[in-house]
Amino acid sequence: MAETLVTKYTAKDFKSDQEVRWCPGCGDHAVLSSVQRALAELGIPKEKFAFISGIGCSSRFPYYMDTYGFHSIHGRASAIASGVKTANPELSVWQITGDGDALAIGGNHFIHAIRRNIDINIILFNNEIYGLTKGQYSPTSTKGLVTKTSPFGTLEEPFSVGELVIGAKGKFFARTLDTNVSLSTQIYIEAAGHKGTSVIEVLQNCVIFNDGIHDTVAGKDVRDDRTIILKHGQPMIFGTGNDKGLILEGLKLKVVKLGENGIAEKDILIHDALEPNPGIHYMLANMKYPEYPVALGVIREVSAPTYDRAVADQISTIQSTAKIKCMDDLLMSGSTWKVE
Amino acid sequence: MAKKSEVIEREEVVIRFSGDSGDGMQLTGTLFSDTAALFGNDLSTFPDYPAEIRAPQGTVGGVSGFQVHLGHSEINTPGDFSDVLVAMNPAAIKANAKWIKPGGTIIYDEGNFTEKNIEKAGYESHPIIEEKLDSYNIIAAPISAMVKEALKDYGLDPKSVLRTRNMFALGMVYWLFDRKLDYTEKYFDKKFHNKPGMADANKVVLRAGYYYAETIEALRPVYKILPAPIAKGTYRNINGNSATAWGFLAAAEKAGIKLFIGSYPITPATGILEELAARKDLGAISFQAEDEIAGICTALGSSFAGRLAITSTSGPGLALKSEAIGLAVMAELPIVIVNVQRGGPSTGLPTKTEQADLMQALYGRNGECPVVVIASSTPSDCFRFAYEAARIALEHMTPVLLLSDSYLANGTEPWRIPEMKDLPEINPPFADKNEIPFLPYKRDNVNLARSWAVPGTPGLEHRIGGLEKTVKGTVSYVPENHELMVNLRAEKIERVVNEIPDLVPYGATSGDVLVVGWGGSYGYLITAVRELQAEGHKVSLVNFNYINPLPKNVRDVFGKYKKILVCELNLGQFADYLRIKHQEFTYEQLNKVQGLPFTINDIKEKCIKMLEDK
Repeated sequence: MAETLVTKYTAKDFKSDQEVRWCPGCGDHAVLSSVQRALAELGIPKEKFAFISGIGCSSRFPYYMDTYGFHSIHGRASAIASGVKTANPELSVWQITGDGDALAIGGNHFIHAIRRNIDINIILFNNEIYGLTKGQYSPTSTKGLVTKTSPFGTLEEPFSVGELVIGAKGKFFARTLDTNVSLSTQIYIEAAGHKGTSVIEVLQNCVIFNDGIHDTVAGKDVRDDRTIILKHGQPMIFGTGNDKGLILEGLKLKVVKLGENGIAEKDILIHDALEPNPGIHYMLANMKYPEYPVALGVIREVSAPTYDRAVADQISTIQSTAKIKCMDDLLMSGSTWKVE
Repeated sequence: MAKKSEVIEREEVVIRFSGDSGDGMQLTGTLFSDTAALFGNDLSTFPDYPAEIRAPQGTVGGVSGFQVHLGHSEINTPGDFSDVLVAMNPAAIKANAKWIKPGGTIIYDEGNFTEKNIEKAGYESHPIIEEKLDSYNIIAAPISAMVKEALKDYGLDPKSVLRTRNMFALGMVYWLFDRKLDYTEKYFDKKFHNKPGMADANKVVLRAGYYYAETIEALRPVYKILPAPIAKGTYRNINGNSATAWGFLAAAEKAGIKLFIGSYPITPATGILEELAARKDLGAISFQAEDEIAGICTALGSSFAGRLAITSTSGPGLALKSEAIGLAVMAELPIVIVNVQRGGPSTGLPTKTEQADLMQALYGRNGECPVVVIASSTPSDCFRFAYEAARIALEHMTPVLLLSDSYLANGTEPWRIPEMKDLPEINPPFADKNEIPFLPYKRDNVNLARSWAVPGTPGLEHRIGGLEKTVKGTVSYVPENHELMVNLRAEKIERVVNEIPDLVPYGATSGDVLVVGWGGSYGYLITAVRELQAEGHKVSLVNFNYINPLPKNVRDVFGKYKKILVCELNLGQFADYLRIKHQEFTYEQLNKVQGLPFTINDIKEKCIKMLEDK
């Protein structure tokens, strides 16, 4: 991927001529706008972006981007994006997916893309519901949720996206709110710079089938106290008056109040996103309200070799000393005999 | 010096090596056929092995065989009945008794015909007696005892010693066919270059077998098969899977683009993925995916990114890839899907051959979803048709389904090596840099292919996908537009007919019976038809490689014969397809679904019956 600033873009340059057809008030509009802002900041030539999606409301995303785009089939975007990036590591490949697309029908491809650490950026819109099929529960729906296919409440334990990513050996995991455009933009820029699979979970509101599902933690009036925005190298402090923080007590995280029981800022944990050991990242990614604030920001960002680069390197290493240079060489290699 | 044995010159001979799946029969057969090929024989081979890597030892289910047919004239099949059977255990007799030519030679390892093994194979008394084979040329060689003796000073454990039994048998066969040991000895040196002791042990055993055969003189007559008179050129032995892989590599080089294979291992197609994974020197990218679906989807991603996309599979895997093939049809991206057919349905007979995926290849998708379907017909022409499949996919911007089968995949034959400069050009329709705004579904007037704008090209940014589109690439649910696009996609495939060769019958262009086949049964059909013609019958053959679209002149060719017989290893799928496409003819059928190829007798008997029923 080109590192140098080639052209100066604005968010508008990434808008396609297609009319955006998501429902009015849908969280997807804000995600689109954050991504367009982020791309304008990256300095990557526009023709190098490829947006790959599966099926679902969010997967219409590529049509609204004036970049190369491929709207594929349900669940397979991770596999298609893996093919695009491995075939041409020079491209900046983005996968747009949802909780059903990535974690139900596409679960296998999702975990294997992460395991291989292919340099793609996966934006996972998590609204905890199937929207396009009009309101059935998803693999992230809270247990007990009443939907059209669970009229008496779901009986299933939901997946936590971060837990799954870390379990699949994920190196980059971040979480954001659809409505927080500035935080989201910043995270997308960071994800684009990270070499390897980046997963960004967007807590996204489905205004029709699951309206307000994230309001308990993300509602305007409560979110300062119920979420924490993690920043690498900064103490884990949150709350309306920056009055709360996280410490480690025994093997568990604990919420404390600054100034109470002699707790000072120096006692608060410093966020280290670069730490390879996933222990704390796992705990941070799994924090749930009301015991904890929900973690936003880049939770984990560990550098590791990428698959696409390794494939290209292996080929050039072998080619540098190979005896077979072209097809005619191969055809004549090994045991052959002449008939006169 | 051994006394001179009677040497019989034979036109062709069939040898079958048979033993437990752990006895190394595939290797023994391969070494023998390579040696024969280097001598200049034409040949055809057929490995026949169980699905289990190690089925219960000594049982008929665990028998692994390798048949070689060699001669000094053109050889098109591995042969029906063997002249020589090498049986490493009683179960090998059980599995092969009915496939030995009357009076043929049977070499067996006496030391392995214990009471226990005889019982395990399902015999009550000695297999030779029970199968009434005692009048045959029987050579009961104490192979186990001889290898133990030959290797007693080599300090090998008893298991390793007995593992060389196959090389003793091979040595005997080399003497029988008057072949040199040097190729096999070189093979040992290469294989055991880190363990010179093992190379020596194998050489000692190979020679022991050779000299044993010479000494006992029981082995007469000695067979001598002269080199086959074949076209000038440089030759090599090749199997169908390697030839397929090489055809793709050649197409990528000719088109000037990189090859990408996304695949998941599945018998009997895995050899294609393995061969391409080894070709990093030619820049091939291989991606062993997490499943069949990811196999085709990664390949399709690479196609979007401008590569020659390949995915290889067998029947069950093709079923899993259906939806993604539909996406490739809709997005109009080039990709070749190779289906190396095996016995079905479901897991079926994973290591056995069948041609029963034809309807799946033609129609097994949702919606109106036409693809080009091509079938290879011999191990070596897998190269040509893989190349052709890639050429059509790239130039017509369409998925192409290439059918091979287990018999072609594993069978080998000598192949006259082509030169790259003689292969047809491949020109993918890359979009012009100035095609701004780029219209993804704007088509070429002649073949209706859309242009290929590859990510990374400035100014040609566009979106494609599985939803119905207008020419601009805009999603459209307009009824008339859908119908227009469905028709255009169908017409695009039909126009491929303008580039495929006409059918040319083998034999007279009119007659009593036209034998019709497709794909891999070619070798048997042509051998049977050639024999029928030699006997004076008015029988000709056409074998189809292009299935969709069919060649233009089918009607002209078919109309010149009194009867048409469609032979295939399924219950009549191609015959039914012909009934749809050319309903003006009556088709008789010869079908077989035993996981085995036809025999020449199967075909001849049916033809003769048709000739008699006036």
